Amino acid sequence: MTASAAVVGIGELAPSRDTGAQTDLSLSAQVALAATADAGLELTDVDGLLTHPMESASRLVPSTLAEFLGIQVSYADSVDLGGATAVGMLWRAASAIASGMCSVCLCITAAPRDASALRPGALRGPTRRTVDRSPAREFEVPYGNVGATEGYAMIATRYEHEFGSTERQRAKLAVQQRRNASENPKAVFSNVPLSEQEVLQSPMIADPLRKLECVLPVGGAAAVVVVDANVAGRFAHPPAFVLGAGEAVSHKAISSAPSMTRTAVQRSADAAFAMSGVQRSEIGLASIYDCYTITALLTLEDAGFCGKGEAATFIDEHDLTWSGSFPLNTHGGQLSFGQADVAGGMSHVTEAVLQLQGRAVGRQVQGLQYAFVHGNGGIMSEQTSAILGVEV
Amino acid sequence: MTEEKSMVRPTPHPTEISRPFWEAARHHKLVIQQCSACDAYVFYPRLSCPYCAGSDLTWTQVSGRGTVYSFTIARRATHRLLSDRVPYIIAVIELAEGPRMTSTVVGHDPHLVTVDAAVTVAFEDHPDVTLPVFELVQRS
Repeated sequence: MTASAAVVGIGELAPSRDTGAQTDLSLSAQVALAATADAGLELTDVDGLLTHPMESASRLVPSTLAEFLGIQVSYADSVDLGGATAVGMLWRAASAIASGMCSVCLCITAAPRDASALRPGALRGPTRRTVDRSPAREFEVPYGNVGATEGYAMIATRYEHEFGSTERQRAKLAVQQRRNASENPKAVFSNVPLSEQEVLQSPMIADPLRKLECVLPVGGAAAVVVVDANVAGRFAHPPAFVLGAGEAVSHKAISSAPSMTRTAVQRSADAAFAMSGVQRSEIGLASIYDCYTITALLTLEDAGFCGKGEAATFIDEHDLTWSGSFPLNTHGGQLSFGQADVAGGMSHVTEAVLQLQGRAVGRQVQGLQYAFVHGNGGIMSEQTSAILGVEV
Repeated sequence: MTEEKSMVRPTPHPTEISRPFWEAARHHKLVIQQCSACDAYVFYPRLSCPYCAGSDLTWTQVSGRGTVYSFTIARRATHRLLSDRVPYIIAVIELAEGPRMTSTVVGHDPHLVTVDAAVTVAFEDHPDVTLPVFELVQRS
């Protein structure tokens, strides 16, 4: 299948536990400049802009950001799919370019984290000026189902009830991604070795998920530049072509999910593979959302790399490091790279692009042709998949 | 089993659509909507049937019986008002009538809860609202 678009520039800040006085806008600007420079472009060359809900502006984020950057755009939108946002931006940018609405689309994700301003028990979301009348506030929050960890813990519990224990394999996944992170100077845990024993002995947060199976929230930002495939060869680095994409939204609250163990990843991945014409066996890198270990296990199954209930066996049988038999999250995954809110989802995109461009120093997957990139939002709620490749 | 000491929660704010659910809970009844077109039971309260888009939903008292579809034990407080309850269960209960709802399982050591365990509804009274919760069904 001929690609219509390609990623030709990336910019990413090393995630940080404290971004101090930085705002969404200032972080966005940093990676906007970095990504356009990486492509050999000027910021003023950008005529399309994708961003997401931010604290700096409760509404009208695209125009706020375009103004802050000083760019005039003919395509602007805010994508609100949680962790699936970044991967979902790729096909949106490609579609806008294919329809002629813009030529150079900047996809930006950013999230500050001011350590001095964090209060225990503080909830993100509607401000004091607005009242939360969402179903989640009414039917989930009273029972303490507030964040993500408990929802994924319920998924893991149900999964183990149906298919058996995954404790050792979840630990192995965390350890092998940590090994990948040791070759990524930007990763939050790049200098912190990890053993399976340490994972299995880390404090239980919500049964059966332990602390070292959960991402560390950090601040950061990442952006990519998307252009028409026909002109993609003119930029500073080889293009990473967007060969296929898929998207599926099945629920918001896990209590409304059709199933806790068979997710909408299947629909989004099937669509991406079908559009691209690429086979699972041709994928040389899986760069998949890993807010928790169980998230990656379910994604491996539902994306079709192994059968339902077989993720534990798959992990037992494969080396997931960058030089292994099934390179997975070679940047360390968000588990070792850090999760800068929505920008965490972009880390899977930037790593896939770096790898396809042959620029993943110290952790380069040899002979890489195709990468499967996946974003997941909410509690396995929003799914976005993309197949990226070195050739059209 | 009633709580010996009244512990607070982030209590819900009913909407126009959900009001009958919370009013019935105040009277210790579990009522949810049933679709007249396709007979499906619906939760959480909707304007139209999420299965067939039917617009005629009728409030119906249900059995209160269900099973634990899944659960976790929260080992750290997920909300500042729930700190005194740690460790507590967060569960998705599958009602006998079909729909699932998030809730908690109370009255037992959390470690006794298992997936597929049979539960029955109980009610936790607060000053302004009553919250449905669930208890393990005791074997005789």
